[in-house]
Amino acid sequence: MKQKKDVQQGTLALMLLKTLELLGPLHGYGIARRIEQISGALLSVNQGTLYPVLLRLENEGAISSDWGPSENNRRARFYRLTPAGQKLLNAEKRDWEQTAAIIARFFEVKAEDLA
Amino acid sequence: MRFLHRSFRRLLNFTTRRRTDERLREEMEWHIAALTEENILAGMTPRDAGRQARLKFGSVEAIRENYRAEEGLPSLETLVFDVRYAFRSLRKSPTFTIVALVTLALSIGANVVVFGVLNAVLLRPLPVSEPQNLYQLRHKQWMTGRLLTTSYPAFEDLQRRNTTFSGMAAINAYVHGDMDWRNAVMSASGDEVTSNYFDLLGVQPQAGQLFHPKDKLRPDAATYVVLSDQLWQNRFHGDRDIVGSAVEINKQPFTVIGITPAQFHGTEKFGFPDFWIPMKNEQWAEGADNLQGRRSALVTVIGRLKPGVTSQQATDELNTIEAQLAKEHPETDDGQPLRLIHPGLIGDEGDVIRGFLYSVTFLGLLVLVAACANLAMLFAARTADRSRELALRVALGSSRQRLMRQLLTEAMLVSLMGGAVGLVSAHLLLGVLNRSSSFAGTLTVSMDAQVYLAGVVLTMGSAFLFGMIPAWQASRNSPLQMMKGAPAGSRYLRRFALRDLLLGVQIAICTLLVMASFVAARGMARALHIPLGFQPRGAVLVNLDLSAEREKAVVQSALNIPGVTAAGSVNRTPMTGGLHGVPVFRPGTKDFKLNNSALAPYVFTMSPGYLSAAGTRLLSGRDVSWQDNTATPYMAIVNQTFAQKMWGETPAIGQHFLVSGHLTEVVGVAEDGKYHDIQETPQPVVYLPLLQGESDASVLVLRSKLAPNEIAAQLERSLNGGERNLPITVQRWDDTLATELFPARAATVALGILGLLAAALAVTGIFGMAAYNVSRRMKELGIRVALGARKIQVMSAAVGRPMMLLGVGSALGMLAGVFASRLLGQIVYRADPSDPAVVGCTILTMTLLGAAAIAIPARRALSVDTSKLMRQE
Repeated sequence: MKQKKDVQQGTLALMLLKTLELLGPLHGYGIARRIEQISGALLSVNQGTLYPVLLRLENEGAISSDWGPSENNRRARFYRLTPAGQKLLNAEKRDWEQTAAIIARFFEVKAEDLA
Repeated sequence: MRFLHRSFRRLLNFTTRRRTDERLREEMEWHIAALTEENILAGMTPRDAGRQARLKFGSVEAIRENYRAEEGLPSLETLVFDVRYAFRSLRKSPTFTIVALVTLALSIGANVVVFGVLNAVLLRPLPVSEPQNLYQLRHKQWMTGRLLTTSYPAFEDLQRRNTTFSGMAAINAYVHGDMDWRNAVMSASGDEVTSNYFDLLGVQPQAGQLFHPKDKLRPDAATYVVLSDQLWQNRFHGDRDIVGSAVEINKQPFTVIGITPAQFHGTEKFGFPDFWIPMKNEQWAEGADNLQGRRSALVTVIGRLKPGVTSQQATDELNTIEAQLAKEHPETDDGQPLRLIHPGLIGDEGDVIRGFLYSVTFLGLLVLVAACANLAMLFAARTADRSRELALRVALGSSRQRLMRQLLTEAMLVSLMGGAVGLVSAHLLLGVLNRSSSFAGTLTVSMDAQVYLAGVVLTMGSAFLFGMIPAWQASRNSPLQMMKGAPAGSRYLRRFALRDLLLGVQIAICTLLVMASFVAARGMARALHIPLGFQPRGAVLVNLDLSAEREKAVVQSALNIPGVTAAGSVNRTPMTGGLHGVPVFRPGTKDFKLNNSALAPYVFTMSPGYLSAAGTRLLSGRDVSWQDNTATPYMAIVNQTFAQKMWGETPAIGQHFLVSGHLTEVVGVAEDGKYHDIQETPQPVVYLPLLQGESDASVLVLRSKLAPNEIAAQLERSLNGGERNLPITVQRWDDTLATELFPARAATVALGILGLLAAALAVTGIFGMAAYNVSRRMKELGIRVALGARKIQVMSAAVGRPMMLLGVGSALGMLAGVFASRLLGQIVYRADPSDPAVVGCTILTMTLLGAAAIAIPARRALSVDTSKLMRQE
């Protein structure tokens, strides 16, 4: 079985933002589940570590939060993407794609290509 | 942007102490509950489900910690804790805190004052436009005190022929006079300047207008005067109506046309002019037109270089012109090479002043270094005393960095408080100095942003210097060692090595400074005892402007005042500036070129009786008499240097020389003296009788035991019927010479204060170390006494080390002092640190200081009560 990967620094925030973009306002538990679901159980993360990241993003103004009723009618904190967060996500996405593309080219290159 | 947003939120949370702990708790609880539910649905037992949920969620405490760190500003929070803790621990040892604060406040305050003066004198530019390309023309030969360099016609030639200056102006700063305004008389002194002066300096009036080259002066009309802001405020009460009204200067009418701005004080930083008059007006102010002669150097020349021209190019061109002038006017122009300096510090005195101030600044910084060494020692000792507490904190999980930060915070706190006190006291002290008139003439030293910045930098720097050492020391110790208390024997030596070094350095610096202050005191004493060639004590001066004929009546009526033992008048008394050499020739010279002159002595014009009134001894021959006038053969009295240079060993009486075109016979030889300044080498001097000389006598010298005001009253009575009803001011000669001693006095005061500070530091340093030693080793000393050690052995165990350090440090400091004689020479004229008196005094002082500092700890060590001590612990 493949080793589960630790989350790289900073990527958790990106996953979080993308999840919120995809699914709209969510509470912490929901976000954690979705991230686990999307990553296909390849990712090992203590779900509690989400909360400091959420607070940071909130302090940065990328997301906002409010109390609301959960599915089982308990009070839960819902997080939603702000326009600033949307902009941040777009920028980060571009960056990632660029980096990934560059790295991909390095992996694909063969010695004879450079002759 | 995001960063700002986030920092702002965190800062807000920090300041409002807002906590969202409750929110996090609720979120976490709900999250775990949801996970548990999920697990139960997946078929686990409730107990397993809860356990798995908590595992998946992760450590609640760690998350909470991270969350809190993100929420506020943890570094700022710990800083607040550290500061609070530091306050508490400093309050617990008030003696230590007060000693540290006073030490720092004194040394930082002293440095701020020194820097304030340095800033005002050297760093702040002249308040004129583009001061960096304003230059003053000087003779290549270095001259102290003298500002006047060129004759007026020579200035005009330089101005006309040069191509490197965009403008050149001339100044004669020797216009003293009585200014009459609506029957009120005040004495004022001003600058006589060429009409382009204000344009050259780029000065704009604050009221009225200034004069310009295009103004056409009618020679017969009342002419212009521009007043300084200071004179305007002090004497005319800032009355704007003064512009356009008439004043009289030395009985000549002038129209006030404008007032200069408050920050403009001419081009000299010491000695601000009260007014400016156009130069062509000299005949009205001084009653004679001296401007046309090429013989006397009457003006200071300043000029502004054209953009892109270097001062070297300008100097080369000026020297070419000078050489041409010497060829064209061989009788008057000597073609002396010129050089350019920046104006402001009395010509070449600038070099002396710069040297003085930089050296004093250096010594001041040394005091600060000594203070830092002292504090580092105190802090290190304190840290060692607190080692158990520190060890406990490390054992309880405090990190080393945290501990170091705590110790540094304490040091920073002490130094900030000390620095603040130092800045405030420096501010007050500078205020007092500025108000006292004796402080460097009219210069005001203000605390500007630069001075405050220097204070802050010094404070931070010193905190770092003395805070790092104990922090570093504490961080190296293992908690186990510290917990065990007193360190083992072998470690003992090493542990104290650093502190020993600090004390040694401190004592060496202090010795150097104590020595420097003795050198200065010695220099002052020497300056006071330099033979001046006249006796200012017991003589008074009266400024009078009278014709030669009336002079005789005045001198004779002064002699009739009971209590006046001698009276005479002279054109100017020695050491009042404005002297220049007058060429004299040997008899038979036909071609009066400067190259053919035999000597260029200073020439004084005096009445009979002046020499005895001044207290100048006539070594041989006779005094001049009232019968010597233009109808009788010309005669003169010369001084020894003149006689020796002209005729060597041959008796001078009866010899002849040519001065101002007259064949003159020497009738007397007077003793040598000082004529321009205290530091000059022996200068040749000729005294001419009043009626045969070219200038009028203007100072009456009286030798009398009467008080100046009594003499003034008597003189007024006997001069009754004079053409004006002016109050006569009579000054003690001593008082007028006070400025001559200013450099020596300034050096003595500056170094004296630094020396005192250093001595105080040495005492506290040695005392601190010895007392600490004794208190740490009380138990050991008790055991020694119990085992039968003699007093001398106990003493050497207790205070031997500080005593040894005192000896070594002092020796090193004195050695440094002897090697620093060049540095001290910048401050004290002819400094001689190896002078036996200086060395002796230094040794004595350091011994006394050491004895005083060690006495109390030594007594404590000797009076150790064994039985009581052994029962403790």
